[in-house]
Amino acid sequence: MARVKVLSEYCKSCRLCVEICPKGVLQIGDKTNAKGYYTAIVVDEEKCNGCTLCGIVCPDVAIEVYK
Amino acid sequence: MQKVFGRPKGLTEVAFSFCPGCTHGIIMRLVGEVLEELEIIEDTIGVSPVGCAGFCQDFFSCDFVGAAHGRAQAVGTGIKRALPDRIVFTYQGDGDIAAIGTQHAIHTAARGEKITSIMVNNAIYGMTGGQMAPTTLEGMKTSTSPYGRDLVINGYPLDLPKTIATLDGVKYVASVSVDSPKNILQAKKAIKKAFQVQQAGLGFALVSVLSTCPTNWGLSPVDSLKWLRENMMPVYEMGELKVAEEVKNL
Ligand SMILES: Cc1ncc(C[n+]2csc(CCOP(=O)(O)OP(=O)(O)O)c2C)c(N)n1
Ligand code: SF4
Repeated sequence: MARVKVLSEYCKSCRLCVEICPKGVLQIGDKTNAKGYYTAIVVDEEKCNGCTLCGIVCPDVAIEVYK
Repeated sequence: MQKVFGRPKGLTEVAFSFCPGCTHGIIMRLVGEVLEELEIIEDTIGVSPVGCAGFCQDFFSCDFVGAAHGRAQAVGTGIKRALPDRIVFTYQGDGDIAAIGTQHAIHTAARGEKITSIMVNNAIYGMTGGQMAPTTLEGMKTSTSPYGRDLVINGYPLDLPKTIATLDGVKYVASVSVDSPKNILQAKKAIKKAFQVQQAGLGFALVSVLSTCPTNWGLSPVDSLKWLRENMMPVYEMGELKVAEEVKNL
């Protein structure tokens, strides 16, 4: 059991987390944050195994992982 | 459930000012993690550069002093000599440390100042619009080398860490990259060691980190990582370039 959380106000839509997640848990959503970026969203939470790869590559520390 | 990944205590809550996908943010997070893990946030004084990292005093939770362009290591030297019990580090772009600040980079190292320097090499001047830097690769197009860097006219790329590693006052030099999770973890190890060298009072330590500038390279953040891996990593000597005997025992 693991959970990934995107802190949308920090997200800048760079897609690095989307590309790195081996399980396809993250996608870019259709809602913008206050800065106008379409932020990453969790689309398949069940599949997250808490590997933290998304957090490691995130340049804006916009991801938290719980296990 | 327990938090296994999140913002380290070495960083404040302030969002980074970097462009989307710029790996300056990864490098700053690694430094923030190291400050937390070594429990030195309260004892550390950072020196900020001029360039895209020029706002880093807002992002780190330790004390900070701002320096003029290329002068971070001179300022760091003064702080460390006046307050030798503090941990002093500089965070500088390649334009800051390897162009206008080259004299300080060389002499800080030659004097063996007991400070730690983090160099972020994105092969251009990011903040001012992507001009050619000493670190720009052969043939690389920038706003001031629109036909590509010509070695005959512009000279060869400067591999600063490799140069610094030859100096006697230097105890630790590493050249790392943040293009993949594996390399990011390795970069963190090198940054941690560079701070431990200072904690042990051994001498000067430099970590150069290859970094992307998607905005001025004109590439997406994902393609920038690939470009860095394929073009920069073969040119710059990678790995631990100098590990003094006393550092091996740390
Ligand atoms: C004395 C002086 N000369 C020139 C400048 C203009 N300037 C500002 S940032 C910069 C280069 C920054 O490049 P780099 O250190 O590689 O950092 P980056 O922005 O790429 O992270 C220059 C030349 C300045 N601010 N001060
Ligand atoms: S200009 Fe380049 S180095 Fe500066 S924040 Fe943007 S991507 Fe990063």
